Order: sequence, then structure tokens, then C-alpha cells
Amino acid sequence: MNYSREFFKGIWKENPVLVLMLGMCPSLATTGNGSNALGMGLATTFVLACSNLVISSIRKIVPGKIRIPCYIVVIAAFVTVVDLLMQAYTGSLYKALGIFIPLIVVNCIVLGRAEAFASKHGLVESFLDGAGMGCGFTLALVLIGLIREFLSAGTLFNIHIAENYPVTFAVMGQAPGGFIVMGFILAGMNFLNMRKAKKEGGNFVNPVDMDCRHCMICRLPEDEK
Amino acid sequence: MNGKKVDLMSDNMDKKELTEKSETQRIILPDPTRLILSPSPHIQTGPGTGKIMLLVIACLAPAIVASLMFFGLHALRVLVITTASCAAFEYLWNRISGRKSTLNDFSAILTGILLAMNTSSLTPAWVCVAGAFIAIIIAKQIYGGLGQNPFNPAAVARIAMLTGAAGAMTRFPAPNSIFFAPIPDALTTATPLGAAESFSAMGKGVEYFNSSAFLWRAFIGETSGSLGETSALAILIGGIGLIALRIIRWHIPVSIICTVAVFVSLVNHFSPGTTPGVLFHLFSGGLLLGAFFMATDMVTSPVTVKGGIVFGIGIGILVCVIRIYGSYPEGMSFAIVLMNALVPLIDKVCYIRPFGHQNIKSGRIEPRRGEIK
Repeated sequence: MNYSREFFKGIWKENPVLVLMLGMCPSLATTGNGSNALGMGLATTFVLACSNLVISSIRKIVPGKIRIPCYIVVIAAFVTVVDLLMQAYTGSLYKALGIFIPLIVVNCIVLGRAEAFASKHGLVESFLDGAGMGCGFTLALVLIGLIREFLSAGTLFNIHIAENYPVTFAVMGQAPGGFIVMGFILAGMNFLNMRKAKKEGGNFVNPVDMDCRHCMICRLPEDEK
Repeated sequence: MNGKKVDLMSDNMDKKELTEKSETQRIILPDPTRLILSPSPHIQTGPGTGKIMLLVIACLAPAIVASLMFFGLHALRVLVITTASCAAFEYLWNRISGRKSTLNDFSAILTGILLAMNTSSLTPAWVCVAGAFIAIIIAKQIYGGLGQNPFNPAAVARIAMLTGAAGAMTRFPAPNSIFFAPIPDALTTATPLGAAESFSAMGKGVEYFNSSAFLWRAFIGETSGSLGETSALAILIGGIGLIALRIIRWHIPVSIICTVAVFVSLVNHFSPGTTPGVLFHLFSGGLLLGAFFMATDMVTSPVTVKGGIVFGIGIGILVCVIRIYGSYPEGMSFAIVLMNALVPLIDKVCYIRPFGHQNIKSGRIEPRRGEIK
């Protein structure tokens, strides 16, 4: 098993936000500026890596029918850890992120990786997958956050880049700006991937294992009908 | 695909019937590659897009002249920046996406002029460029270009500029004050609507806004405000020109104006002193500009006459509610964009009944396209 592949696929090829389109809610709501985005990304990365590790280690003893509640209990435990740690040591960030820290429990990425990857793979791969997905999530969030922060306030991580820079377009820091910046980044990603696929002589297709055609969540097992 | 067999069956039939019917009720569709399918206006005639846009620009000319008269070179500056950057973004988008240039249909130029008409003459250049980007790229080209945009590009850009750079967008110069003076020397004043929003705080009663001298100034355009919205006279000349040239139908502007008149008089009747009179509301702010030039945009207004009236009434009610009860002094662009979002629904309700069409009374509900049984 190629371990580095498991880690690096989360950063570009199967980036949770920009390719798999998971976790849209926190990635639009907490990216008003770069530091919030970074805090949210790191918190989620911690939860992802740890929960993937634990879920992978208990995957053989959890009964299939109640696996989702079991995963949520594990995830919620790690979210509580992050929540208390952030409340203790990074007070202002905790206040800025607000409800979105507890909401990591129901983050699609965390649950999605637990269901799609950690419950089927070994310890090391699951940990690397979680860490890689977390890094991809963090990078995507920081990218969106920095673009929005620069357009809305002219700063990067609260540092002024240029003297007397006049352009402060506040709407980019608000909800519409999140959608607009996100859309442009997605368009750019698709453009790059398509160009790459064209160069290699193939067609651009979405990653197979996470789009709607292959997801099993809404499909009931045949024997239960 | 050639000769594909399609089953026409009712869903209520039981399985046996279903298999029998499916044997008999099969029709063969014609070759779909030979059929030309296009959305509705099927008959093409008259002037093309470019000519219509040029005529609209010509009808805007009185408003442009009035803005230059009252706000001088700064109006020209804003006008040139928005128009040039709209055209530049249109060109760049077509260049990057590898399409044929659509500059020659003049729609980008018209959007730029309308955007300038919606902007104060003291607006900084970067706000104008950002507004042009939002109008052309985000509100128009992302949706697929002219004819595909659900919202009026100039109205979307104005809202984005207003919420994005509120301070820069709400500094209005007094008319006739800054012909050649640099910006810091400009005398900024509240717009009539801004003053009316807080008239009790300004120490002026409603009577001031209803006096014939004030109304005359608002009608001529000698008040502060965005470039194109101050002179009701110039807009009316252009608007009547648009109707006379049969570019727009009169139903949308007239229904907007009538709704505003009725709404304001009702408010004035039941709680006098809440807001100035009907004429004040008609002559101040962007109501006439929006009613004649922006709400009637062919792409984003309903197709039918009945739909146009519903659309106009909706805009009239929204603009009155925002002006009288909302926190913004002016709500024309919000009202237009909100009602633009409803246009597909309005079109669906107010469709033209085909000749000889009868309602099906049996009450059988057929699944529509895309509906899941």
C-alpha cells in the first residue's frame, strides 16, 4: 500500500472542499478572514485524523447496522476535546468561530471519511487519509479566507499588505462573497484539471468513489425492502 | 437515437394491462437530430439586439445630459469609467472563454451607462470598476451571457456596490456644486429620500417635501443623488421615447408608478405625516429610472402583458415598503432584483392560453417533467 498516496490525494486530487464538495457550510461560513479559516481547518484536521484512527481500529467490532451512531460518538468525543482546548487557549478565535466548532461533529467530511475510508482500511492508511483530507480542507479554507480577507479588508492574516490601499469591498467578507470566491476557485480547479486531462489525452471525470453515482447512503439495502 | 420507441402509459394501470398496452401504444418519434428546438420567441423580425440597445442608449441621452449639467465633470468621469470597464470586461471574458466578441451588440455599453446612472458622481474609480466586474462577469456572463441572465446586471452591481462599499456609494454631491472642483471640495448633502427617511431629525416637516418649490426642483433634477436618478423630467422624456419606439411596453412602468401612487396615498391617508406625498416619491430617487429603463429589461422581465403588470405591482409594493418602513432610504434596485427572481414563476402563472385551449376538468394529475413519482 502506497502510504504517501493516501496522504497526498486529499490535498489536490480528492480535495474535500474543492473536488468532493463536502463541508460546504463551514467552508463558506468561517472563511471571512484568513485566521478564522486556519483555525477552523486545523481543528477539523485534528478531529479527522484522530477519529479516522479510532474508527479504523474499532471497525471490526462495530455492528454494521449501528455503525453511524458509533462513529458519531467517537467524533463527538474528539470535537469536545478540540472545543475545550480552543476555549481555554484561543479565546478570541473560539468566539469568532462560535457554533461551527461544535458543528464539526456533523461535518460531512469527518463522517464521510469515517464511512467511506476508515471503516474499510487499516490504521495507518486511515490516519494518513484523515490527516491528508484535513490538510486539504485547511488549505482550501485558508485560500478562500485569504482571498476574501484581501478583497474585503485589504489585509492578509490581519496584516496590512500595502500602505493606503483603498480597495475594501466589504461584500466579499459577507455571505455572498463566500459563494462568489468559492465559485471562481472551483471554476479554476476544473479548468486546471481539464487542461491536464486534455494534455494527457483523456477526458476529465470526477473522482469515482465519492460522487452521487457511487455513494451508498441514500440507497437502502435490497433485503430490507 | 433514431426511431427510439417511447411508451405512453398511465401509471395507474396494473401490471398486466401495462404490459399489454406497452405492446400496442408505442409511437416512433422523429429523428431528434433533425428537429430544431429553441426557447420561445420563435419568429424573428425587426431590429436586432444591437439596434435596440443603441435606441435605449439614445433614450438615455436626456438623462446623461442632465447628469452632466448638474454634476459636471465628475459625472463624466464615473460614466466613462463604468462604460469603459464594462466593455473591457465583456471583451476580456469573450477573449478568455474563446467566444465571438459580443461587444457589437452594445449591451455591455448599455449596462455600463445604466450602472453610472445608478452611481453617485463622487464614487471612487475602484468601486466603479468592481461594479462593472460584478455586472458583466458575475451577473451576466457566468449565467451564459446576454439573454441568459436571471437578474438585471446593473441592479445587481448597484446592490453589490451599495452593500460592499456603503460609505463610498452614499456620498452624494449637491447639484451644481462641483463642475471642475476636485472631489474633496465637493459639498455633499443628503438625497431627498435620505432626508425624508429621517426628516424629523432634520427639523423639517413633511410639508417641506410636499412644497411645490421642492417638488419642482426634484422634477427638474436640481437635487442630490445618483447621476441619472435626479432629473425626473429627463427620464420621462427618455421613457416616453422608449414606449413610442415600441422598445418597451407601457405596462411595467405604468403599473409600478400606479402601485407606488396608491400605496403612498393609502399610507398618507391612514397615518398622515409618516412619509411625504405621492409626487415626492415619484420624482425622487431611482423610481422612474428603474421603472422605465431597468425593470423593463427584456431579458429579466416577464414575457406577457399580464405578467408585466404583476411584475410591476410587485416592484411598486416592494419599493414602497423598503422606502417607508425599511432602513434603506431607497429600494428600487432591491425591488427589481427580488422581482427578477420571481419572473420564471410569473411567466408560468401568466402564460398566454393557446387558441381553443380548454381546461382539463377530470382532475387527473399527470406527472410533469422531472417530477418523481
